[in-house]
Amino acid sequence: MIPILGIPPQALFGQLLIGLINGSFYALLSLGLAVIFGLLNIINFTHGAQYMMGAFVAWFLLQYAGLGYWWALLIAPIVVGALGILLERVMLKRLYGLDHLYGLLLTFGLALIIQGLFRNQFGSSGQPYTLPAQLAGGQNLGFMFLPNYRAWVIGFSLTICLATWFVIERTRLGAYLRAATENPTLVQAFGINVPRMITLTYGFGVSLAALAGVMAAPIYQVNPLMGADLIIVVFAVVVIGGMGSILGSIVTGFGLGIIEGLTKVFYPEASNTVIFVIMVLVLLVKPAGLFGRAQ
Amino acid sequence: MEEGAPPRLGHQGVAFAVMVALLVAAPFVVYPVFLMKALCFALFACAFNLLIGYVGLLSFGHATFLGSAGYITAHAAKVWGWGPATAILAGAAAAGVLGLAVGVLAIRRQGIYFAMTTLALAQMIYFFCLQAPFTHGEDGIQAVPRGRLLGLLDLNHTLTLYFVVLAVFLAGFLIIYRAIHSPFGQVLKAIRENEPRAISLGYKADQYKLIAFVVSTLLAGVAGGTKALVFQLASLTDVHWTMSGEVVLMTLLGGLGTVFGPVVGAFIVITLENYLAQLGAWVTVVQGAIFVVCVLTFRRGVVGELARLIRKPL
Repeated sequence: MIPILGIPPQALFGQLLIGLINGSFYALLSLGLAVIFGLLNIINFTHGAQYMMGAFVAWFLLQYAGLGYWWALLIAPIVVGALGILLERVMLKRLYGLDHLYGLLLTFGLALIIQGLFRNQFGSSGQPYTLPAQLAGGQNLGFMFLPNYRAWVIGFSLTICLATWFVIERTRLGAYLRAATENPTLVQAFGINVPRMITLTYGFGVSLAALAGVMAAPIYQVNPLMGADLIIVVFAVVVIGGMGSILGSIVTGFGLGIIEGLTKVFYPEASNTVIFVIMVLVLLVKPAGLFGRAQ
Repeated sequence: MEEGAPPRLGHQGVAFAVMVALLVAAPFVVYPVFLMKALCFALFACAFNLLIGYVGLLSFGHATFLGSAGYITAHAAKVWGWGPATAILAGAAAAGVLGLAVGVLAIRRQGIYFAMTTLALAQMIYFFCLQAPFTHGEDGIQAVPRGRLLGLLDLNHTLTLYFVVLAVFLAGFLIIYRAIHSPFGQVLKAIRENEPRAISLGYKADQYKLIAFVVSTLLAGVAGGTKALVFQLASLTDVHWTMSGEVVLMTLLGGLGTVFGPVVGAFIVITLENYLAQLGAWVTVVQGAIFVVCVLTFRRGVVGELARLIRKPL
């Protein structure tokens, strides 16, 4: 096979694939953050912990109830989303009149509590999660080997992202949501139950994080701290993309995943930092973010 | 030091005198190394509070400036053989330069984006510290010599070191006090309350924010350098985001935007961690719980509540 720019194609496409996988998680997580921020004006620092909880619910289901991956894909987002709704009703709703910073601090505290409790129970080492049998194996594409599960993760998360975009931008429900983001008081005056919409939106954003967690479980180990560093990278993704646009979050998430994958091939030392470096460049050139509106 | 403060300071002067008296007497009652740790964090929290309390900027990556100053001070003292004073100044200068760079970038975004940007930049610098050879990765810089201050005071003597650390803390505290109560500080508060109006009055808000940010990072650097000499160690813990979270916790618990709050908060948090140290991850749970309780029911903090009781700012 012919090397491309001195890199064997297997290595190049392998890293591109890993980049796309990471990009799927960035896209799902930043999408959830953007939807929540749009309506609640809160940056959900608990998002990383909720992603981790999604993976753990999948692991619990397999370990204690014998329910496999497909059930987890359905149940984990519902369970974690319901916990999110409870959180919003009990705590977050008390902060709506206050400075945005308090929402960040509260959710940061909650993330510390959740991650601390899981670490007490399960230690810092990971729990393995077996691949579903239907998705084991892979395809030989000639230029690379494509594991079925990874193809599934990319395809499924892209579908979820686009479905979310469709619901928010193209349906009546989405129109209410966008209107409430612009002016909640006016929307409420038209007889729409805005507080309930806020609660459900938070639940939905959180369940996206849990869904990403379930998909991550067979790839990475199920670990109490799996979301802790990831959330900081997702913050950088959100700063780069700006939270104003749903499609922008998706494109930025996948794009940065690919760039990160390519960096691993060409300059591995910078693979941890490349997203932050891009953030610096974007801040210098376009401070509002690639898809953001100036505030 | 024994007089406390000039008389025109009123009740804040009294509070300052009480604080100094307690801190002078403390090493004869409490383990001095613990007190020095608390003093370093108190200065760090005061520097952080200058931003969140008086400019309304939440820097979620302040550990960067504590930790990198610690590395530079430790490297200067150990490898270059500099004295403690110049080593700490080198650390503070490095933190200030870094603060200028981070500030220029982060101030381009407002509010919540500012917090996320500082956190992300801090994570980038964390990875740099993890990979750079001079920081020695996971080991950190160990066995940093404390040396003799200006060739006179032997800092290996614990009580001598304690009073030097106390002097550093008080100097930093008074610089911040002076900054807050100067015309410069009034402009900062105006920006916090209503930035567009401050701009319309002709103040260059971004320049004021940047100056406050650099002053804060310089002082965080002084705290970090001093801490590196006290523990004779500079490690990754001090640049990690958990440390950034801790300084937010100290300031929030003590009272955002109060003069004495960060000091009280730092002493409470360090004491708690001391008692909970054997409990492992429970420390994180307790810290998280304090965050939640403070945000939901106790937003004024300890000193803020006290100030409300006596109806005077503290």
